[in-house]
Amino acid sequence: MDILIYGVINSTALALMALGFALVYGTSRIPNFAHGALYVVTGFIVWSLLRGAGLNYLLSIIIAMVITGIIGALMYQFILIRVRGMAISEIIASYAIGIAILESLRWWGFKGMSNTLPVFWEGSITIGGVPVDFHRILVVVIGFAVVAFLWAFTHYTRLGLALRGMAQDERAALMLGIDSDVMALVAMAFGAMLAGLAAVLLLPLGNIVVEKGYSVLIQAIAVCIVGGLGSWMGAVLASFLIGFAQILATVYIGSQFQMVVALLAIILTLILRPSGLFGRQKELEERV
Amino acid sequence: MNVEQRRKERLDRGIKVRSDTIYALMSVRELAYLTLPRFVLIAGMLVLPLAMPGMYWQRVVSIVCIYAILALSFDFLAHFVGLVSLGGAFFIGVGGYITALLNTNFGMSPLLSVPIAAVAGGLICTLLLLPCLPLRGVYFAIVTLMYPLAMARIIEALDILGGTDGIMGVGSFPNRWVEQYLVIAMVLVFLFGIRRLVNQDIGLVFRAVKDNDQAVKASGISITLYKAVAVFIASGIGCLSGACLVHIYMWSGISLFALDFSILPIAATVIGGSGTLVGPVLGCFILVPISELLRAFGTLRIVFYSLILVGFVVFRSEGIMVYGQRKYHQIERWVKV
Repeated sequence: MDILIYGVINSTALALMALGFALVYGTSRIPNFAHGALYVVTGFIVWSLLRGAGLNYLLSIIIAMVITGIIGALMYQFILIRVRGMAISEIIASYAIGIAILESLRWWGFKGMSNTLPVFWEGSITIGGVPVDFHRILVVVIGFAVVAFLWAFTHYTRLGLALRGMAQDERAALMLGIDSDVMALVAMAFGAMLAGLAAVLLLPLGNIVVEKGYSVLIQAIAVCIVGGLGSWMGAVLASFLIGFAQILATVYIGSQFQMVVALLAIILTLILRPSGLFGRQKELEERV
Repeated sequence: MNVEQRRKERLDRGIKVRSDTIYALMSVRELAYLTLPRFVLIAGMLVLPLAMPGMYWQRVVSIVCIYAILALSFDFLAHFVGLVSLGGAFFIGVGGYITALLNTNFGMSPLLSVPIAAVAGGLICTLLLLPCLPLRGVYFAIVTLMYPLAMARIIEALDILGGTDGIMGVGSFPNRWVEQYLVIAMVLVFLFGIRRLVNQDIGLVFRAVKDNDQAVKASGISITLYKAVAVFIASGIGCLSGACLVHIYMWSGISLFALDFSILPIAATVIGGSGTLVGPVLGCFILVPISELLRAFGTLRIVFYSLILVGFVVFRSEGIMVYGQRKYHQIERWVKV
C-alpha cells in the first residue's frame, strides 16, 4: 500500500518536474538544459523573499514564479534566439547558462541543510494504514490539476493551439501567421514557470540544495525520453513508470538508486523503443 | 539617397594561393609561410616546461596539456562527427579509475597501465554510449551529460572503488620531466594525428555522418558503426588524458567526474575556434592558467567559464583560431558597392 501511495506521489512529482522541459522541447525544439537551474532559482527566490524580505508566503511564491518566467523569456530573447536551430550551440548555451546560475548560487553560500521552505499545510492523514502528510496530497492534487490544465490549454485556447501547431509542422504554422519566435518565447517563459511551480511544490519536502538542479534536469530528461521527446501525454505516462520504478528501487534496494533508475530507463528506452512510448510524431526525423 | 555603401572584401594572399600546392617547395619564403605556424607551435610547446619559473607552473603546464587532449577529443567528436559530448568528465573518470586500479592492485608501471586504461576505457565508454548512437538529435548530449553525474553517485552510494576517499597511493611517472614531455608529446601527436585522420577516407565518412547522414546510409555505410568508431577514438583519447591526470596527482577519486572536466574543454573549444583542432589547444592555454589564478574563488570559476562560453557561442562563434587564420591567409579591404 505504501508503495502505491508513495509511487503516485513520486510520479506526480516527476511529472511536475518534466512538464516544463517537455513543453519547451515539444513546441520550440529547444532542449532547455537550464531547466534544473530554473527550478533551483525559484526556490532560492522564494526563500530569500520569505526569509530575507519577510513577505507573505503566497505572495513570494507568485513573485518568484513571475521572475522565473521572466528569466526564461530573457534567456530566449537575448541568448537562445541567436543560436536557434543549431543543435550543438543550443545545448551548449543553455547548459552553460544553467551551470552559471547553479554554481553562482553555490558560490553565494547557498548550500547546507538550513535552507528549507515551510510546507503549505501542516498535519497528516492515514490512508490505508500509511501516514501521508497533507502537503504531499496537495502536490498530487495540484499535479493532476496542472496536467488537466495543460491539456485543456493546448486543446482549447488559441495560444495553446498555436503552440501545438508549431510543434507539429513549423512551416505550415508560419504560413498561418503564427510567429515562431513569439511562440518559442511564450513556451520558454511558460516552461520556466512550470519549473518554478514544480520547485515551489516540491522543495518544501526537502532542502534547497544546488545539486537538486542537476538531478531535476536528469529526471526531467529521463521522463521526456521515455515518454518520447515532445509528447506531453507520453511524458505523464512515463513519469508514472519511472516514479513507480524509483519507489520500488528505494524500497527493495536502497534510496541512492533513484538516479540509476532514471539512467537505466533512458538506456532501455533507447535500445528497445528509441522514439519513446508516444514519440510517433517525430519518429522518422530522429531515427536515422 | 546618395549614401555611399561599402562592404568588406576578402582576398586570399598571393602567397597562400601559390603555397597551397606543391609549388610551396619553390622558395624558402613560401615554405616558411606554410611551416612557420606549425613550427612555432611545436617549438613553443617543447620549450614551455623549461621556460616555466617553478614546479607549480610546470604542474600547470601538465594540467593544461591534459585539458588540451580532452578538448581535442571533444572538438573531434562535436565538429567532425556531429556528436556533442557534455560529459568529458566521464572519459577522464573511467580512464583514471582503470589506471588507478591496475596500478595499485597489480603494481603495473604507469607507462603500461596508461595505454591499457586508454584502450579499455575507450571500449567501456563506447559500449555504454552505444544505445544512443543510432539516433539523431539531442540524445547523445543527454546521455553523456548523465553518465558522470550518475557514476559519481553510484561510487558514493555503493562505496566501491574507494568510495568518497578515492584510491590513494597511485604511482607517479618516473620523474617530472618524463611527465611533462609525455603529455606535451601526446598533445602534439593527437593534434596532428586527428587532423590527418579527418582528411583520410574514414574522416570523410565521419564528416559526412555529421553533414548528411541520409546520404551516408544511402551509400550502404553503417552510420552506427562509424559513430561507434569515432566515439571509441575520442573516448580512448579522453581516457588516456584521465589516466595521465591520475598519475600526475597520484590519486583517483570522485572529483574526476567533476563538472570542470566537462565544461572547460567545451569552453576552450568554443573560444579557440571550433573545428580547427588547434583552437581547443589554444583555448586551454588561455583558460586553464586563468582558472588556476582564480582557484581562490572556488566554484565561481565554473560560472566564469560558463559565461565566457555563452558569450562566445552566441556572439563570437568563430573563435580565436578561425579569426587568426583569416588574418594570416587573407587581405581585407573596404570596397565601394
